[in-house]
Amino acid sequence: MFIFAPTKNNNMPYPYNPPDYFQIDELLSEEHKIVRSAIRDWVNRSVVPVIDQAAHEHKFHERFIKELGELGAFGPFIPTEYGGAGMDHIAYGVIMTELERGDSAIRSTASVHTSLVMYPIFTFGSEEQKRKYLPGLASGDLIGCFGLTEPNQGSDPGGMEAKIKDMGGHYLLNGAKMWITNSSIADIAVVWAKDENGIVRGMVVEKEWTGFSAPETHNKWSLRASVTGELVFDDVKVPKENVFPEIKGLKGPLMCLNSARYGIAWGAIGAAMDCYNTALQYSLERKQFNKPIAAFQLQQKKLAEIVTEITKAQLLAWRLGKLKNEGKATPAQISMAKCNNVEMALNVARESRQILGAMGITGDFPIMRHMMNLESVITYEGTHDIHLLITGSDITGIHAFE
Amino acid sequence: MKILVCVSNVPDTTTKIKLSGDMHSVDLANVQWIINPWDELALTRALELKEASEGKIEKVTVMLVGAKSAEPTMRKALAIGADDAVRVDAEPLDAYFVAGQIAGAIKDENYDLVFCGIESSDYNGSAMGSMLSEFMNIPSVSSVSKVEMDDDQIVVNREIAGGFEVVVPELPFVAIVQKGITKEPRIPSMRGIMMARKKPLKVVEASGLEALTEFVKYEPPQPKAACKMIDADNVAELVDLLHNEAKII
Repeated sequence: MFIFAPTKNNNMPYPYNPPDYFQIDELLSEEHKIVRSAIRDWVNRSVVPVIDQAAHEHKFHERFIKELGELGAFGPFIPTEYGGAGMDHIAYGVIMTELERGDSAIRSTASVHTSLVMYPIFTFGSEEQKRKYLPGLASGDLIGCFGLTEPNQGSDPGGMEAKIKDMGGHYLLNGAKMWITNSSIADIAVVWAKDENGIVRGMVVEKEWTGFSAPETHNKWSLRASVTGELVFDDVKVPKENVFPEIKGLKGPLMCLNSARYGIAWGAIGAAMDCYNTALQYSLERKQFNKPIAAFQLQQKKLAEIVTEITKAQLLAWRLGKLKNEGKATPAQISMAKCNNVEMALNVARESRQILGAMGITGDFPIMRHMMNLESVITYEGTHDIHLLITGSDITGIHAFE
Repeated sequence: MKILVCVSNVPDTTTKIKLSGDMHSVDLANVQWIINPWDELALTRALELKEASEGKIEKVTVMLVGAKSAEPTMRKALAIGADDAVRVDAEPLDAYFVAGQIAGAIKDENYDLVFCGIESSDYNGSAMGSMLSEFMNIPSVSSVSKVEMDDDQIVVNREIAGGFEVVVPELPFVAIVQKGITKEPRIPSMRGIMMARKKPLKVVEASGLEALTEFVKYEPPQPKAACKMIDADNVAELVDLLHNEAKII
């Protein structure tokens, strides 16, 4: 007899069997499930074997970009004529879940590339800008990043200090951006800056242009398998044809963030499911007092609460996906889902780590890595607190942060 | 030149198999279905051959005997890159039945090369490929670990004890393939998944052929008996137990 055993993988201590407690699979199409299995296969093959070491060494594998491009994981909802796959938003969500099961760093790279670079170029860009940049971004030949947050402006992007000045034939861009995923490896950056009238404008800035530098941020304890850095603009000449023609004001970057936050709401579930899968199987295997620790009530309580929370998050994400497909998802709904699902994932990581005891802190299991990553995820693309205030503002009509 | 790849729809290899209480069926609730891994390798190799053939191989077709519920697996095969798919609408009862159904469905199609996985990871029958070649009255080569195209010939390596033999079979023939045929199975791209939507998936009625075997019941392996530990110095007791209790010496 021939046994087709999956390749032994030291970084995958248990086979990955994510929970589907409420038969949510039945809500997915045949295509969504093929998408899921394709991305899961890629993560098992390309990410899982190297990710623990990559995180330890603070190393981003640039081959991921090319492979994700070949898979079509960049801009899946962008139409095929611009290099995308023309898929729906649930497919995008499913991709994000599977990537974040591998590592939030990989999902972050894909999120930024798709929602913060391809999405604005597709939505706000001129036809020339779309034709020039989107196919390369989709294939992974070009890497993109997004500059909104600044050293002095995080939750309050309206106070941004980056500026463009009209020089007749071009704009002159000055300023600095911070906490930029993909910064030092990016070929292009979608940058937001104020014009002389104080109006926020978006533009595509190329790496090679004089005056543009992108130093990397070291010393991170989170998202160590991806690149984070700054963007510094010192009298960078931006041709007028690189500025998005129509979109003006903060609406532009906020629409991008909505797309990214939507993906994160799905992605966080992947990290949570990886932690749960590990904790459940470990608890059935690990014996204390002559029985598996899964037999103890306090462990069962943890596991029961985890699977309940994951199930609720899955339903929230799925419903949000349906609304997004119908063009009805509101920014406040997206905020609620991002806020809930990331906090859920962080709590799941912490509880799962407890179930593994001391083993939970080692790189033999993925939990601690997910937990450290999720500390970034709960902060970026709108902090947890800001999302709560968005919900608060939506239900009371009173803005608490203005 | 046209290639046919026969595929089976099988539970994911990490599935924990649960039997029904009466031992007459497998509980298939929550089972994730995949393309039989050997068939997936065969499909990948078929596509590689087609891409390298400069147009000589015009088409790769996947064929499956199964119910409509197996169609997602076929759609995945199309997403990976097969040009079209044919499903014989019948439960795959045994290897004879499946081989006969496939042979019947493709008898007018003139495939030059037929790929089958060496076995399917569900029932491990390892019989379908050879039976198919008998039904089609064409040669088959088993344990194939390499397939290359050399002008209009197909050259295959067949694993034998201590090495392999190189065979150039007359076309058409059935290649029964094992691991090694390609590096790893191809993962479908998102664009491939979208294109698969529009590729033809033909459903044909099953012929009146009947299965040759009758399924009786499943029987799980006996649980392992308790292990008796004997001191390394106490060879006499070990021999005594093997002789009088286990009765194997």
